[in-house]
Amino acid sequence: MEIKKTSLNKLHQSNNAKFVEFAGYEMPIQYSKGIIEEHKFTRSHSGIFDVSHMGQLFIYGYESLTEELEKIFPLDLKNLKQNCSKYSFLMNEDAGIYDDLIITKIEEGYLIILNAACKDKDFEILSNLLGSKFKMNLDNNRSLIAIQGPKSAEILNSVINGIDQLNFMTGNWFDSDNQKLFVTRSGYTGEDGFEISISNDKAEKFVENLIQKGAQLIGLGARDTLRLEAGLCLYGHELDINKTPVEANLRWAISKHRLLNGGFIGSKKIMNQMQDGANQLRVGIKPEGRLIAREKTKIFDDTDTQIGEITSGTFGPSVNGPIAMGYVNKKFSKIDTKILLEVRGKKHPASVCALPFYKKNYVKGVN
Amino acid sequence: MSEVKFSKEHEWITLEGDVATIGITKHATEMLGDIVFAELPEKGSNVEKNGTAGVVESTKAASDVYTPVSGEVVDTNQSIVDDPAKINEDPEGSAWFFKLKIKDTSELDTLMNKEEYDKFAKETSS
Repeated sequence: MEIKKTSLNKLHQSNNAKFVEFAGYEMPIQYSKGIIEEHKFTRSHSGIFDVSHMGQLFIYGYESLTEELEKIFPLDLKNLKQNCSKYSFLMNEDAGIYDDLIITKIEEGYLIILNAACKDKDFEILSNLLGSKFKMNLDNNRSLIAIQGPKSAEILNSVINGIDQLNFMTGNWFDSDNQKLFVTRSGYTGEDGFEISISNDKAEKFVENLIQKGAQLIGLGARDTLRLEAGLCLYGHELDINKTPVEANLRWAISKHRLLNGGFIGSKKIMNQMQDGANQLRVGIKPEGRLIAREKTKIFDDTDTQIGEITSGTFGPSVNGPIAMGYVNKKFSKIDTKILLEVRGKKHPASVCALPFYKKNYVKGVN
Repeated sequence: MSEVKFSKEHEWITLEGDVATIGITKHATEMLGDIVFAELPEKGSNVEKNGTAGVVESTKAASDVYTPVSGEVVDTNQSIVDDPAKINEDPEGSAWFFKLKIKDTSELDTLMNKEEYDKFAKETSS
């Protein structure tokens, strides 16, 4: 299959991107400054991320669509205000996660942002569940640009006036350069930031404008270290079809109201696990010293019994040390529990720690 | 000190008497990206030509460091373990990895000189 390119591919090239294949797309892993500098620039200034490979699914409809979607997602969508976003999951009957996503109630229905590697399957699953009652559009004509970091609101506001009035996890349509952009205040780095849905033919000029105002392009490498420091899950690593939201320690994302009566796919399993507890739980892990424990590193207790596995591990540039997340048996999930990580045949000390590794900097409310 | 020689695994080596100093090349550090972890062989241990003699990890991945010649490890550079970023800053100078007392200096004969290595690095990375 031919590798797909986003509308910013030429701009990445002219900024000396190193490319990797990610979910069938040619994506920049880093630019000339490297992952650590890109990471730090995002934390201190403003980083631009091309996330156009992600799926932008528009589903059109009103009350009856809300009712149908409540049978799928563990969200209180009836009480969700227009232009408000929620983090959620598409699950199977066993509460295994097909994908994690952000859903926003818009005037015309819902906008759901899906992971690149999952989007086509998600579309199929949702089409089967919803039937042909609602128009669905997995929009390939739009790019998705994230801008993240403390200077992002100021920079973006100079291009799209009014975005600084958005609260965290809300969005709206804005006019800029004679076209409609959908902007949400959200992101995946632990910083204040925005995601902008823009038509492909306008994306390059838009990003060049942001660069001119002082933001810089950031690759997927730094996106990964940023999200890991922020304690955020990445599908295919922390989340997959064999893990449930309770095991992933994401019960905060499940509506309390919906847990009373269930009625969404996977609700039985979730309600059972909420009551009895899950056997394994996602935790933060801090290796001692400078040791980096990568994905699939086995976790042991002091009796040489395997108790879990690392799902993501790297060096955190802002915490200036190694960080990891993984799953451990429930009884080892308490903060400060001593564990051992097997790296290159040797066991190294580490401890379970609180998430995030790096404290959030989100803007909670401007209004 | 002898001419600097290079291996296909992107190590450099210099010889002073029967003691060789080994590190990784600038080209290797450019391919690896930001280095955040280094592990060195134990002093007093013996390493075999083309065998692993350490590890470097960048933000992206872990890579083995090989030794281009056999010998006994007589010294290691603790400063790059304490501050692995030094490897990116001065890979072919102060950020050497380990020193070996070698038995057979002819093991260096098959290694590349600077010109040959630069050509090799250019061909293999494009």
